[in-house]
Amino acid sequence: MQGRIAPVVAPYARTAETAALENEIRRLYDEVADLLDQDEIERFPDHFVEDCVYQVVSRENYTENLPQAAIYCDGIGMVRDRVIALRETQVYVPRIWRHFISGVRITAIENDDIHARANFMVTEAMSDSDPALFLVGQYLDVLVREGASLKFRQRLAVFDNHHVRRSLIVPV
Amino acid sequence: MEQAIPLSAPGSAAARREWPQEGWTRVPFWVYDDPEIYRRELETFFYGRTWNYVALACEIPEKGAYKRSWIGERQVVVVRGENDQIHVWENRCAHRGARVCWKNKGKEESFTCPYHQWNFGLDGTLQGVPLKRGVLRKGGMPADFDTGAHGLKTLSVHVEGGSIWASFAPDPLPFEQYCGEEVIASIRRQFPGKKLKLLGYNRQRIPGNWKLYFENLKDPYHATLLHSFLITFGLWRADTLSESIPADSGHSIMMSRNVGKKKSDAAAEIARFKEALELNDLDTVTPRKEFEDGKVVAITHFPSVVIHQQANTFGMRHVIPKGTGSFELAWTFFGYEDDDEEMTRLRVRHANLYGPAGFVAMEDGEVLAESQLGAHHYGHRNAVVEMGGREVAKQDHMVTEVLIRAFYKHYREMMGL
Repeated sequence: MQGRIAPVVAPYARTAETAALENEIRRLYDEVADLLDQDEIERFPDHFVEDCVYQVVSRENYTENLPQAAIYCDGIGMVRDRVIALRETQVYVPRIWRHFISGVRITAIENDDIHARANFMVTEAMSDSDPALFLVGQYLDVLVREGASLKFRQRLAVFDNHHVRRSLIVPV
Repeated sequence: MEQAIPLSAPGSAAARREWPQEGWTRVPFWVYDDPEIYRRELETFFYGRTWNYVALACEIPEKGAYKRSWIGERQVVVVRGENDQIHVWENRCAHRGARVCWKNKGKEESFTCPYHQWNFGLDGTLQGVPLKRGVLRKGGMPADFDTGAHGLKTLSVHVEGGSIWASFAPDPLPFEQYCGEEVIASIRRQFPGKKLKLLGYNRQRIPGNWKLYFENLKDPYHATLLHSFLITFGLWRADTLSESIPADSGHSIMMSRNVGKKKSDAAAEIARFKEALELNDLDTVTPRKEFEDGKVVAITHFPSVVIHQQANTFGMRHVIPKGTGSFELAWTFFGYEDDDEEMTRLRVRHANLYGPAGFVAMEDGEVLAESQLGAHHYGHRNAVVEMGGREVAKQDHMVTEVLIRAFYKHYREMMGL
């Protein structure tokens, strides 16, 4: 069982290179949000390394360091299984989700690990009602370079909501 | 399934809230939608002579540790006091009713109401009133003000193998008797007195009447049809040895076995059995043997909690009503303190079946919300619960709604309906 990697916040020299890196991360976040919003979830696992940690977890569990998460994936197999379950088995009322991401920043660069965080907000629109605020929180990520692209070694979507409205159907 | 009856005119049986003549094989939809019925339910069940689940002892591990919880729509605080005694009191100051405790969890030596700083002990007794004797010989409480009579309202408490229960009644039935023989045996099977280990929470708000949640866990019939994950991976399916046991006080037990993925004639009939479905990580659906009897058990403990043991996940599903059409479902996942690392890993993984994003439970949130929409403004119609016959005795299979019928038998007696 892999535990959560504690986010690191450490000063680093801001250079043209780190600014470019932050832009690259911002593009990655937009790309992942877009594929979720566009219901192209099959591409979601491509952005994770093999031994990744992916969780959508309440701030309550995160703060108390409790291992349980609403979506708990330890390794890319479990991320892929979320996609399989969603496509093959899950019964849910159709709706549209939309991600809004802000404040993307690198908080530390440690050897090969890039620690980054951002705020997220997800709205949800059922097919017969208006969009409503669904989930708000913070991504606490660790990125690594794999080939030409940056991938998630860890993606934690720590949500501030006291409770999830109805059900959490797709990854965040 | 529902059966149409003529639209109720004012003064009709449905409008007078008279139960359909067919009895417990029918559930009138007004039980899910009527504010007056809801008010009576709170008084009768949550605030009456029942026992309500409030917390696990492992959540408040040391003296002064506390957790806020709910019984019906009333908030209570669960506190570990002197000599490991557990106290439960209403989170409202004896003075002006303000909430005394403003955090969900923490540790205190005593509790001081932020409004006028009345100070209460861990057991809820009033310890101090600021300016009690006034200032410069003016004001203050009357000389005969009795602090002993103005503590926080404390509840009756019972601790069963690390699970904490409370009652607003000063003289509730003994816990064991409230549970009944079969339910207490099932609770003790999972809570044998071993120390528990907290693994985490999940909270969701389901836009449905709170009773629908109990009925969902009294309905093994749906689980064999709706939940592909359970069916396909043999965690819960109709062709396994199982029992549906109605119990005292509105409780019930559903029991089955994990049998693994296999195809059978019965399974092939079920549309959601997915023979071709393969997972990348089979650990998610592969339990390690834990109980000698090989059973998986879901206990509905009325009116406050569903206790599950499925694969290697354990959970308390605390049902917190929020009006006629909504409830919070607060999941507490746990294991035993002496679990090895591998068992903890499996418990946490298997919990992917449950909670708001659970491979199984997500679907329940969806269908319950849809049922509530079918109840709203349809008080003149009745749900039909005749699967498995019309009786209310224990059955040795899961193709049945016997537990719902037995529940409404109890409900009607308690509510005088």
